[in-house]
Amino acid sequence: MVALSSSPLATGTRLIGDKLVKMAWGLLFLLIVVAGFGFLMLYSAAGGDWRPWALPQIMRFGAGVLLFLGIAMINIRHVHRWAYVIYAGALVLLLAMEIPGVSGVGVQRWIQVTLGGMKFQFQPSELMKFAVVLALARYYHSLALNVARRWTSLPVPLILILLPSVLVVRQPDLGTGLLMVAGGILLMFLAGVRKRWFIAGFSAVLGMAPVVWYVLLPYQRDRVLTFLNPNLDPLGAGYHIQQSKIALGSGAVWGKGLFNGTQSQLNFLPEKHTDFIFTMLAEELGLIGALGLIILYCFIVLYGVSVASRSSSQFGRLLALGIVSTFFLYVFSNIAMVTGLIPVVGLPLPLMSFGGTAMVTLMMAFGLLASVHVHRDTEVPRHTTGLI
Amino acid sequence: MREDFEQRTLVNRRSLVLFGVKGLLVAAVAGRLYEFQVVDAARYQRLSNDNRISIRLLPPRRGLIVDRFGKGLAVNRPTYQLIMTPEQTGDVEITLERIAALIDLDDGTMARVLRKTGVQEGFIPVTVRQNLSWQEVARIEVNLPVLPGIIIETVPHRHYPYAGLVAHVSGYVGEVSQAELEGDKVLRFPGFRTGKTGIEKVYEHQLRGTPGTRQVEVNAVGRVIREIDRHEDDPGSDIRLTIDMALQEFAVRRMESQTGSVVVLDALNGDVLTLASVPSFDPNVFNFGLTGDAWQALLNDPRSPLLNKPVAGQYPPASTFKMMVALAAMEAGVVTPATKVHCPGSFTLGDRTFRCWRQWGHGEVSLIDALKASCDVYFYEVAHLIGVDRIAAMARRFGLGETTRIELTGERAGLVPTAAWKRAVYGEPWYGGDTINVGIGQGDVLATPLQLAVMTARIANGHFQVMPRLVRQPAGAEVPEFAALDVDSAALQAVRQGMVEVVNNADGGTAYSARIQDEGMEMAGKTGTSQVRRLRKAEREGWLSQEDVPWAERDHGLFVGYAPLDEPRYVAAAIVDHGGAGSGSAAPVVRDVLREAQRRQSVRWNTGDDPSGQAEGTA
Repeated sequence: MVALSSSPLATGTRLIGDKLVKMAWGLLFLLIVVAGFGFLMLYSAAGGDWRPWALPQIMRFGAGVLLFLGIAMINIRHVHRWAYVIYAGALVLLLAMEIPGVSGVGVQRWIQVTLGGMKFQFQPSELMKFAVVLALARYYHSLALNVARRWTSLPVPLILILLPSVLVVRQPDLGTGLLMVAGGILLMFLAGVRKRWFIAGFSAVLGMAPVVWYVLLPYQRDRVLTFLNPNLDPLGAGYHIQQSKIALGSGAVWGKGLFNGTQSQLNFLPEKHTDFIFTMLAEELGLIGALGLIILYCFIVLYGVSVASRSSSQFGRLLALGIVSTFFLYVFSNIAMVTGLIPVVGLPLPLMSFGGTAMVTLMMAFGLLASVHVHRDTEVPRHTTGLI
Repeated sequence: MREDFEQRTLVNRRSLVLFGVKGLLVAAVAGRLYEFQVVDAARYQRLSNDNRISIRLLPPRRGLIVDRFGKGLAVNRPTYQLIMTPEQTGDVEITLERIAALIDLDDGTMARVLRKTGVQEGFIPVTVRQNLSWQEVARIEVNLPVLPGIIIETVPHRHYPYAGLVAHVSGYVGEVSQAELEGDKVLRFPGFRTGKTGIEKVYEHQLRGTPGTRQVEVNAVGRVIREIDRHEDDPGSDIRLTIDMALQEFAVRRMESQTGSVVVLDALNGDVLTLASVPSFDPNVFNFGLTGDAWQALLNDPRSPLLNKPVAGQYPPASTFKMMVALAAMEAGVVTPATKVHCPGSFTLGDRTFRCWRQWGHGEVSLIDALKASCDVYFYEVAHLIGVDRIAAMARRFGLGETTRIELTGERAGLVPTAAWKRAVYGEPWYGGDTINVGIGQGDVLATPLQLAVMTARIANGHFQVMPRLVRQPAGAEVPEFAALDVDSAALQAVRQGMVEVVNNADGGTAYSARIQDEGMEMAGKTGTSQVRRLRKAEREGWLSQEDVPWAERDHGLFVGYAPLDEPRYVAAAIVDHGGAGSGSAAPVVRDVLREAQRRQSVRWNTGDDPSGQAEGTA
């Protein structure tokens, strides 16, 4: 197996046809099924109308599928080579958000881009969460295991993780920032960093909790308080989660039926097309629909794990696992949020929630996963000169 | 290669650990979903329904109040309201200006509507104007195409077609008071009205009915999406009164500008055919809310238009009380109808002198003569002989001194004094002089016009303690059972004879000038003139006439009567407040009313309203 693909020449000249045969079709199929669920819910959220949500979402997904296929064709060596550049580019975009005038008023999450007369809104933080994975995968790829386990190898990955995370939290987008940190830590764990460091780090975070509380903005504090006691303020911050619980519970086993979710259709459920889309699905399609969707998500994660296990390069393994871990973190956090297991932090549900940048960047990330799959036998040089 | 293998093994192992952790997290989420969607599903379904289902009340139609022939005394009349739904209207200001060009709409109203539409959700209707006239409705209807979001809504409103003619009986409705708000949920319905006085108040529960409900699905901001379920309201029951509205109207008009009461009863069954209190007020104005000034004017009017005089006005019965004294004296055996008493014009008890109204006296008078001429001395004498307690006992058998339990609010009991009463209230012994005053229905004796009518009905009926009733029982309902009167019929016959002579004896009958001359319709009765204050010497000596004293100090004129003579059926009592002598003020009113009542007997026949009274109390 290794012998077959060991020649750099052979990989370089591999025909597109060959790549298509090795393409991660199963992954694409799973993505289409889950996204299809999303379209259905967006269609229902609009009261049985393709506008304003379902149609744009389908178009974005279509573009995402094309990007997925295109990126899957890119040799993983090139991905490896450009990893730091992509990271640096995403960081520059994030930094640009700090400059007044680049982003909208108040929440600095968006960049307006005019391309060919069409206006696009773009969220650098969405790109960043996968750029961090790329950079970390490249960093650990170059290190031998015994080197990776040394404490001297800790600062660089930590800076790679914390620098963008701090910028994202400042936007302010606490949820995305925290998940970026969590995704990075998971990757460090997978790369072989000693467990004692995680234990030490975890203890340090617990000790830091009061300081973090002090730094949080009032609305973020409210959310934490509301999480701890949802009945505290049923019409304020607790209203969302209370209505979400009612919607979920009243859906029962078989759901109220598509278009019949009273909580969603009558607007008792807030943000039903974005952060609370899972709640709407659980209300209209019941426990059966909700578990079905969760199982589909699990299949996607499982697919990523299996891709990683078959990759012949550390870069490929870490990239694949990093992508699905980040994906999993988002899925879990969103569902845990709407079911009241964790505070409301404002995280979308990947593949389902209405939102352009998240959908496109996620499909690009899955394109990378597919690339790892397609190029599972490709050797990636451990040592490269310079950043590129 | 080996290092590569190690690295790969480590990643796979840690990836597996991580996958296990992910599995646990998924299990936690699945468990959470199970908790919500299976274990607590019923609770959340209830909460979800609480969210979306709103129960709206449908106010019940208020029962009507009708007279004995079914004429509406209190009815529901549609009034027209102009309603705007801002989200359909679009430009509220332009539409309001267009409306103002069509109908009367002041600046304050426009400002109020603009303010309301500015702060409320657009789908909540705003009442622009109430109580539109037919013309205004027509003007709006024609222009509806250029008035988007405007509708004309009909709202039933209580209406009293006879205005003040029967206001004290029907009563009126008004806004629900704070004290009433507890209880029935429908009371909180905007614009809901409850009975405040009269039948409207006493029969509030029958008239109100039970509200219907409408279950509607609402969204998060309260907009009604659809109706889920509807239970129609159960309208209130109609109340059919014993009042004969035509006779009532006749009586009120007959009183003209005088102040006072007219009561007409059916002597057989106690039906109150007329219960007039003059002057009156328009109950319709209470419905829309009365201005403070108008209310003050009603309160301060010396003729007390708000007071229901027939049941709440208490007067000394004066000479109309003499029948009670006569009956008590005959029952006590101190006189027979033939016993003569000498009237020299005054009666002396100890050092006090009590005068007869006729200064030079009546000479030798029998009981019948004494009633006919209303000789005071005769009754001074017999009252002195029998004592106050016997008189009181007789008066009570005729319904005086206690409420008649008529179906109205504010009824007063009047007063029949006794020695025990005086001791209890004033802590003073009863003096002989007190009895003398009671003998001619003055002193502490008080009665309401309704009580006097009831007393007369029992005299006329002769057998039963007739009780008045305002609400007609449905046909076939149990006939009221009155207690036996238990008074000697010969004595009653003598009293009735005296009353016949009061009206029909040209030689000294005090009400001869007020007799009914129609053959077969003749009435019997008794005059009364009750003093508002002690007589001045000048009046007693006859050189100060009633016209020369202020209105509020003049005597009340009373008259009670019944007709026809042989089978008495109709009983009337009238009191003309400060009207002077009863013979000149109240007697002509009773005459006209009793004649009208008898004329209307044929109407009662024709409308199936049995004039014979069937067997009710006639046995």
